[in-house]
Amino acid sequence: MADLLLAAAGFVLLMVALGLVRILRGPTVADRIMAAQLLGTGGIATLLLIAAATGMDAAIDVALALALLAAFASAAFAYGAADPDDPEADRG
Amino acid sequence: MSLDVFSLLAIAAGAFFFLAGTVGLLRFPDALTRLHALTKADNLGLGLVVLGLLPRVDWPLGALKLIVIWLVVLLAGATVGQLIARVARQARPSP
Amino acid sequence: MTLAFDAILIATVLAVAGWTIAARETFAAVIGFVAYGLLLALVWVRLAAPDVALTEAAIGGGVTGVLLLGGAARLRGVVAAPDAWPAATLRLAAAALSATVAAALAAVVLLLPDPAPTLAPEALASLPATGLGNPVNGVLMAYRALDTLHEKVVLVLALIGVWSLAADRAWGGIPGQRRPTRRDDALVFLARLLPPVGIVIGVYLLWAGADEPGGAFQGGALLAAMWLLAMMAGLVTLPAVSSRWLRLALVAGPALFLAIGLAGFVIADAFLAYPEAWAKPLIIVIEIALVLSIAATLGLLVAGPPEQAPPR
Repeated sequence: MADLLLAAAGFVLLMVALGLVRILRGPTVADRIMAAQLLGTGGIATLLLIAAATGMDAAIDVALALALLAAFASAAFAYGAADPDDPEADRG
Repeated sequence: MSLDVFSLLAIAAGAFFFLAGTVGLLRFPDALTRLHALTKADNLGLGLVVLGLLPRVDWPLGALKLIVIWLVVLLAGATVGQLIARVARQARPSP
Repeated sequence: MTLAFDAILIATVLAVAGWTIAARETFAAVIGFVAYGLLLALVWVRLAAPDVALTEAAIGGGVTGVLLLGGAARLRGVVAAPDAWPAATLRLAAAALSATVAAALAAVVLLLPDPAPTLAPEALASLPATGLGNPVNGVLMAYRALDTLHEKVVLVLALIGVWSLAADRAWGGIPGQRRPTRRDDALVFLARLLPPVGIVIGVYLLWAGADEPGGAFQGGALLAAMWLLAMMAGLVTLPAVSSRWLRLALVAGPALFLAIGLAGFVIADAFLAYPEAWAKPLIIVIEIALVLSIAATLGLLVAGPPEQAPPR
């Protein structure tokens, strides 16, 4: 069981790595910002599976912090990359 | 025993959706469709993994943490998706 | 199986690090840096160091990332001329120096005797006297409390350094430019829903740090990240840095820590010694004050030097 969970964690990590390769190549800024979101979701899944596989409950706390911080980082990047003079920005 | 089978099935389904999300990231033609693959498929994959792990963590604190994680990721996916889409619409390809 | 997982993790970390260094655009490099920080949190968990993983995620992924982003934004209009790039010999020398340091570190770690010399058993044996269950927190708040006190003072000094960069007319004023309020509905929505959850989790990390991985610094960094999110969405306005309450919040943690440390001369037998029965309550009181100061200091560090004149 633990081996299967660890294998699942490795699989998800591999998916994240492949996704990162594509995302970090761009070509647009929006692509690169998605890296934080991808790492957030995939990293959390990996951490939760590791926590279940190795019995390290603290990894769940790390996943909790990672959820908040990946959201925060993605929002910060999108805020920093957005054009402040975009006339359409007000139309929500 | 059957709980173990349930966990494995849910986690396998979650892993499949992560695979689908990555395939979407690799194959979709532009930033907005890639964003769609990322926020929808990967979030669903995480939800299924959380569902599969719920029987295995101690109740109630562990299960509460898992559900809070999933809800935060849902919220983040929804809002950050909007924010990134705005950046994509302004469409400045990087040098 | 664990080897395969670790191999994938190591390869990913190295690839992201290499990409970050090779990135041409500052913004892309910052994103790579944050991605690298988030991946390192995974590495720390694999090394059975969840406290460090929490700190890495909060600082490397959150606070430092936004700090660098602010720096990149200020440099946005500035393009380095091609001949302003460092010369090839200088870059080769820097690469050689980095490689030497990395090789030396790797040699030291790989050549350690097995089992490596460690104080962990003694630290664990004395832990019940402090009333704590988390050995990392025991080291931070009891065995090496002096170092922790120094670190918090250094944080405040760094903030003073940042504030000293203000122009004369903005001295003691409000950090950051006055931004035109952009109605960014999605960001405001996120900044309304996420910080309450983040505050609860930050306080939980502080409270759990006594017996589980966590602690004042991790909780404080998470709180600072939530405050920065509210700042970005325009939901909070920063007070002037000359405001008394702000300065009180900043020094409350280190001052209380120092006061209890000095009281140790009287109630125990040395500086920063705790009397046996009072160790845990004192540590918790110090940590509560520290969380406030750390959150305020980190948030203000990222907000930057004052740029608007103080209100009359």
